[in-house]
Amino acid sequence: MKSELLKIAEAIVSQAVDGEQVEVVAVHGTETDIRVYQGDVESFTAADSQGVGIRVVQDGRQGMAYAGSLDTDVLNETLEEARDNASFGTPDEFQGIAEPDGVESVSLELLDSSLADFANEDKIALAIELESSILQSDSRIIGVESTDYVDSITTSAIVTSTGIHRANQEGGCYVAASSLASDGTDTQTGFGYSVGRSPTQLDVAKASSDATERATRLLGAKKAESGRMTVILDPYVTAQFLGIIGSTLSGEALLKGRSLFADREGDQVAPNFLTLIDDPTDVDAFTATEADGEGLASRRNTLIDKGALRGFLHNSYTARALGTSSTGSAVRSYNSSPGAGPLALMLTPGVHSQPELIAQVGEGMLIQGVAGLHSGVNPVSGDFSAGAEGLMIRQGDLAEPVREVTVASTLQRMLLDIQNIGNDLERLPMKSSGVSIVVNDIMVSGV
Amino acid sequence: MLEQNLVERVLNEALKSGGEFAEVFVEDKRSSSALFDDAKVEELTSGRDRGAGIRVVAGETTGFAHTADLSEEGLMIAAKAAASATRTGGASSQVNALERIVCPSPNKVETFPELVAKERKVNLLIQADEVARSQGAAITQVSARYGDSRRKILVANSDGVFATDDQVRTLFSISCVATGDSGMQTGRESIGRPIGFELFDDVDVEELAERAAHRALTKLNARPAPSGTMPVVIGSGGGGVLFHEACGHGLEADLVNKQASVFAGKVGETVASDLVTLIDDGTMSHEWGAFAIDDEGRPAQRNVLIKDGVLVDYMWDGLRSRSEGRLSSGNGRRQSYQVLPMVRMTNTYIANGETDPKDIIEDTSKGVYVAQLGGGQVNTATGDFVFGMTEAYLIEDGEITEPIREGNLIGNGPEVLNQIDALGNDFDMGSPGTCGKDGQGVPVGDGTPTLRVTSLTVGGTAG
Repeated sequence: MKSELLKIAEAIVSQAVDGEQVEVVAVHGTETDIRVYQGDVESFTAADSQGVGIRVVQDGRQGMAYAGSLDTDVLNETLEEARDNASFGTPDEFQGIAEPDGVESVSLELLDSSLADFANEDKIALAIELESSILQSDSRIIGVESTDYVDSITTSAIVTSTGIHRANQEGGCYVAASSLASDGTDTQTGFGYSVGRSPTQLDVAKASSDATERATRLLGAKKAESGRMTVILDPYVTAQFLGIIGSTLSGEALLKGRSLFADREGDQVAPNFLTLIDDPTDVDAFTATEADGEGLASRRNTLIDKGALRGFLHNSYTARALGTSSTGSAVRSYNSSPGAGPLALMLTPGVHSQPELIAQVGEGMLIQGVAGLHSGVNPVSGDFSAGAEGLMIRQGDLAEPVREVTVASTLQRMLLDIQNIGNDLERLPMKSSGVSIVVNDIMVSGV
Repeated sequence: MLEQNLVERVLNEALKSGGEFAEVFVEDKRSSSALFDDAKVEELTSGRDRGAGIRVVAGETTGFAHTADLSEEGLMIAAKAAASATRTGGASSQVNALERIVCPSPNKVETFPELVAKERKVNLLIQADEVARSQGAAITQVSARYGDSRRKILVANSDGVFATDDQVRTLFSISCVATGDSGMQTGRESIGRPIGFELFDDVDVEELAERAAHRALTKLNARPAPSGTMPVVIGSGGGGVLFHEACGHGLEADLVNKQASVFAGKVGETVASDLVTLIDDGTMSHEWGAFAIDDEGRPAQRNVLIKDGVLVDYMWDGLRSRSEGRLSSGNGRRQSYQVLPMVRMTNTYIANGETDPKDIIEDTSKGVYVAQLGGGQVNTATGDFVFGMTEAYLIEDGEITEPIREGNLIGNGPEVLNQIDALGNDFDMGSPGTCGKDGQGVPVGDGTPTLRVTSLTVGGTAG
């Protein structure tokens, strides 16, 4: 498949005329999506998809076109559309397709051969096993709303008239479940998941116990008293916040005057025990990749080093415009032109487990889930407010459950207010890994 | 898009090895967008997505496969894949004779997007950028986007349905950044309708640009939002998303059937203040969530969900209504041919009330007035929801006073429905929205008159 896609891309790029830069991304993906309910398959989706994205730059003007097909007539039409679109762009001296930068890509094993060979019956069995395990785990579990097994294998090729030529294959799978618990009066929900490169790596037992614990321990939850307090963010919650912090460190946000960290390079933006990296070459990260969206080698970038802001994430355009080099951080799918942003964020873990952090905090709240982050954060100003649920921490132990409260601060303050980082690094089906963190002085609004 | 007898052959193939129901969904969508950002026409993008999704239902199991290959061979391969996924093996079932259904569209398109010169689309953006920047030196960044799409669909199924729709959508949005001593603030405005370029005969993009810029400028002087529970007055139009989240999702039959909704088993019961009548209406002419047929070939419908506080019915798609032996309510929608349909909202709104909105404010001694809400999210099983305030003010002694900074509002759907104690007579629809469910986005509209909720939690940073 790699060579087929490369051939398709090469054929289009070979049509580039003098003074024209052409970039072609061609992708092919297969996906299996199985949902089970009450011991039976509710839906089984076998997906096979393909697409092409063509970017043309002529005289500093950029145009883009895409199609969900690799048929020759569609490809030619798409190239013409991209060319036509380019003629409407505003000339921009920094615009251009990426050029090879000499950085060697790290070779990563991202496709486990056992994934393609795993039988559908066994995939179904994994999902059914997860559902039944949750149902049997606790008498307060009244149902599992959905249990999914999902896997995908993606092959992508990128060829440009500037000399970039590469193809990659990546595969991954996960199981996830959403549980319902009730104590007769109150209903709560919880989720659990496990990710891997092959079904044999999936930890069904952990997914099951997480889904059960998250739902049952919230039963009877009430609003908390409003006040400022120390909170511990569960790894999954931390990962969501890291995603937002990562977006503020995008070269695009910086270039367009939308980054709250502009002109702060070198400043102490977090305590000195905090190091934030974006490392897509870490093979254990779910979103690990050998190349970025422009075909440059992906690389390990340190964003915050011992609390000091070290830099931003650039694609080739933001780098040129700001007089620096690409950090291999072009982010895109075949139907969009490259943005700049994180690929695989991670905080360097600390030394304590979450129970130890709870004991150290003494009084506060463990935040198990947040809602409305996409609407409640202004990544330009840094203000955020989110709905939250979790458990109060009293005398160093988890105490009564809490729901329908909000937590609010600014991203800038929250980073500085981090007091500790746990050792419970968790890989998630998203662009950030999670770890427990302790944050002081967060406004919790309840009653 | 496809010949009727070819579709029939594909449906027969899909039911060959058993199964009670088969469906072919064909989609051919062209879209174009233009982005103006950082004082430049950054990029025009054109897209083409074309393919078919085939599903087979056997007992409780749905098999689904999709293909971008619309040749008979490609469709047959997908039909076989969908059928094999159901793992039946019974006798083949009958495909009823296909009967073409013609549904009038609530949307009348005059100027199809592909007939409009790209230059005119780009000029709208340039014009909006100029006006936004002229609103004050504090406006430091402007981003404007134009987008259109034309989506032709064909749905045919073994019940004999054969229906098509031609759905056009045109959207314009602008976002401004204002910079002051207190940092940066943003303001956004958007307009979208299921019609063509004639949208801009009625809509003045300069006026939208002004509004977005002023929203950002106003927030520069905003105080931190208060925190705690208090009365909240939701402005007309801009607050409809509250009901989309607070109760709309909980009335979707797929969630209700799995007991994952607080509204399960409550039809006929009082679930809201008697001021509340909630309607979902896919036939609302020229509103963002309107269409002729849903993605299962059912005509769009106007469905009263809550009447005078009493729960009347849920929203239904084909799969869920079939198992209940009733008709779909025209709420079966899908993001594209690559996914299965689900129960989805269309245009969801609270019907108009009788009170002068001025009286509602005057009657509120202390609270928050929300002029525009951002996106939201709900846990349907508990009813807990959250959504962002993108333009809000303090209410002090019956008057709207100072602007407040962004923050979330949180509450519980069933509780909020019962806590609506005043309903204005100034109904309006809000901005075009995209509703996300299970990773799929579909266009939806929402609306509300001004109304007051006696107690909501405002999640600000001020004590």
